[in-house]
Amino acid sequence: MLQIPMWKRVLIWSICALALLFAIPNLFYDRVERHNDAVAMIEAGQGDAAMQDARAAWPSFLPSFLVNLGLDLRGGAHLLAEVRVSEVYADRIDGMWPSVRDRLRDDRDVVGAVRRIPSDDPGELRVRITNTDAIDEAASFVRELAQPTQSISGFSQARDLEVRVEGEDIVVTLSEAERVATDERTMRLSLEIIRRRVDEAGTREPTIQRQGSDRILIQVPGIGSAEELKELIGTTARLTFHPVVNVTSNPDQVPEPRQVIYPSIDEPGSYYILEQTPVVTGEQLVDAQPGMDQNNRPAVNFRFNPAGGRAFGIYTAENIGNPFAIVLDGEVISAPVIQSHIPGGSGIITGRFTVEETSQLAVLLRAGALPAEMDFLEERTVGPELGQDSIDAGRIAAMVAMVAVLGFMLASYGIFGIIANIALLLNISMIFALLSLIGATLTLPGIAGIVLTIGMAVDATVLIFERIREEMRTAKGPARAIELGYDKALSAILDANITTFITALILFAMGSGPVRGFAITLGLGILTSVFTALMVTRLMMVIYFERRRPKTLVI
Amino acid sequence: MRLKLVPQDTSVDFFRHWKTTFGGSVVAMVLSIVAFAVMGLNFGIDFRGGTSIRTEAQAPVDIGEYRAAIMPLGFGDVAITEVFDPAFGADRHVAMVRIQAQEGTEAITTEQISAVRDALQGLDPTLTFAAVDSVGPKVSGELIQSAIISVVLALAAVLFYIWLRFEWQFSVGAVAALVHDIVLTIGIFSVLQIRFDLAIIAALLTIVGYSLNDTVVVFDRVRENLIKYKKRPLKEVLTVSINETLSRTVMTSVTTLLALLALFILGGDVIRGFVFAMIWGVIVGTYSSVFVASAVLLRLGVKRDWSKNSGDTAGTQFGVKES
Repeated sequence: MLQIPMWKRVLIWSICALALLFAIPNLFYDRVERHNDAVAMIEAGQGDAAMQDARAAWPSFLPSFLVNLGLDLRGGAHLLAEVRVSEVYADRIDGMWPSVRDRLRDDRDVVGAVRRIPSDDPGELRVRITNTDAIDEAASFVRELAQPTQSISGFSQARDLEVRVEGEDIVVTLSEAERVATDERTMRLSLEIIRRRVDEAGTREPTIQRQGSDRILIQVPGIGSAEELKELIGTTARLTFHPVVNVTSNPDQVPEPRQVIYPSIDEPGSYYILEQTPVVTGEQLVDAQPGMDQNNRPAVNFRFNPAGGRAFGIYTAENIGNPFAIVLDGEVISAPVIQSHIPGGSGIITGRFTVEETSQLAVLLRAGALPAEMDFLEERTVGPELGQDSIDAGRIAAMVAMVAVLGFMLASYGIFGIIANIALLLNISMIFALLSLIGATLTLPGIAGIVLTIGMAVDATVLIFERIREEMRTAKGPARAIELGYDKALSAILDANITTFITALILFAMGSGPVRGFAITLGLGILTSVFTALMVTRLMMVIYFERRRPKTLVI
Repeated sequence: MRLKLVPQDTSVDFFRHWKTTFGGSVVAMVLSIVAFAVMGLNFGIDFRGGTSIRTEAQAPVDIGEYRAAIMPLGFGDVAITEVFDPAFGADRHVAMVRIQAQEGTEAITTEQISAVRDALQGLDPTLTFAAVDSVGPKVSGELIQSAIISVVLALAAVLFYIWLRFEWQFSVGAVAALVHDIVLTIGIFSVLQIRFDLAIIAALLTIVGYSLNDTVVVFDRVRENLIKYKKRPLKEVLTVSINETLSRTVMTSVTTLLALLALFILGGDVIRGFVFAMIWGVIVGTYSSVFVASAVLLRLGVKRDWSKNSGDTAGTQFGVKES
């Protein structure tokens, strides 16, 4: 007969109570959000009186988990960037040239003179020797330079360089294993640097995630536009210092091998021909701060680490009176003439900067250069007003939907409609409680998912009620009818919900962004509605039955 | 007084005109495919790449002027549509500007967006960009691919699950109904030229879920009645089963439609296309579970002996305790 053991009753009511408790903060969203912000600030030691008030506005004994609002509701920017990982190979291989040259020169009597041949593929180093008979021997000398590949799992058997002979040339490239390891490092460094830059800009709760092998997803709520975000993270900020060979006004002039031609930022129409290999690079910077130069123009002060400072000191001592170019991302910022030996490892970058530009540049230099350029594959911006409109519209729609469904159920099932309605309200609370607990993100399609759940959640209850109604005709007494109703509806409820749950799972696995948000609310809605239909309504039916002992049921 | 949409005992003969209803479904599917082939879908930037900008201004939108302002920038094909919503006040005018994917760049560049903004603000200084979405051809290709894969995967998973729980004939019936729903939904999107974007794929899969929900409830009853009425013809068993579940089918459809209608009217224009797809899906899905899924089952015939010893091979049932 209709019996539910006491422990089970307690358990069911406890789950419902917990759901209500954890759903409540979402009703006071602004207040709880300010409370959470204040708690974080006070923990960071920045609490003032206003913070204390904000913290006190929400009692600390209540849970303060909130549903995250997606970018389409809160407003903000979303970028999907692809890192040009193969750019790094060229730098690595280029950096090998001095060691290759020195190694071959050690055996000059065997290989003869050594020179580098320009190559169409920037990812390879081509070397030619005069004593072509010894080419295989020379290749084996170069091979000695190869190091074990460094991967995340430590050192492996694989070597980082591949050396082969092609006709008269010795060709050096990165090995396959090294490329994989390099990609991995490039991605981790890019992620780290983007994170530092976004954090320096001080926005709240940014999402910076790696996607697939060479992509990065960046979501920053509250930022005005994706353009702003792109300016912050789209700049490589690769700072290099090169010896100047010549200045020209012809942009098409072909530089000598191992030289490059870069435009000047300040003087349009003038181009610098520079040595390709830099003396020092921004990687050796330890600090950069906005400041002023001696003429009170905005400038950036910087300091090198010891190794960079030493290289810079030696170079400036040897080249007094020669110009020297400061290059940022392929453009010459300035090319001062070296006045004296600069031993301390610190310096200043001047140019036609505004104060904002110097502070931006200082941020970028401090955070470090991105190891490679990025292409933006996808960008989305939602203005904060549009987000607020969507929240308001979603809230009103959800309430109207709820009232309509509650009214319809009450009209159709009377007292049992009330049971169904309580179950529905508990169901919605459970969805919000779960969303808050797992820190899921609520998007606009997610709200649609909840509204759809409001409609579909009653399905399981309706199945049960209709079944009880049928069983009343044949069964012996209402207690038996209720029991049979639940038993026989179970199969249909499970089959129907498992199939829908399968589609929610597939949506979650395959979808991205808003679609995934929808899949989460739909999937959670299915779980909670099965629970409320099978457990909560049953418990309420039993309690009703125990109190009233009705001779017949009018469902 | 209780509200009763469906009387207590119904005995509607759903298969009396099965040739008309099933034929009607087939014709509707063919028309949908023709519409899709001739008119195509109005793909959003998620699937074709490009940039879509939502503008908000106080002055009324003049599509011709907008176009004249943007065309000189040389972005190629520009589509401008005005957006209406009852929630907009008299001085709020919203338009969607869509620019095709640009040669050589993946997403739109900062300069290009600024150029469009400057051009449009020249017409109306109050104009702002409420949202900008830009998807490169690389990603849009992948999005199409994963959308198609997810729909096919969902269908395959469902086919498999129903085959496991029932019999293969049920599986075929259910999937026929699902294909029917998806084709008709794509058809209506093609005829009405409603924007078809990533969210609509989510709606399609929800329709799959909902329609299936309905079909499974009917099938569950069919299975039960096949055991109960061993000697009655299949057609009668199907009719009885549909009639027995009719009240529940109508109740659930009405509650779901009530919720969706509230969202359609009040939920704002951003998700209206998405909600429209779901409303259409609920109507078509309810229809198809009776007139397509069960009709297919009737044509295919089904195993009649569901007694214990032979029932082990297929069709396990959850927790039905026979007293």
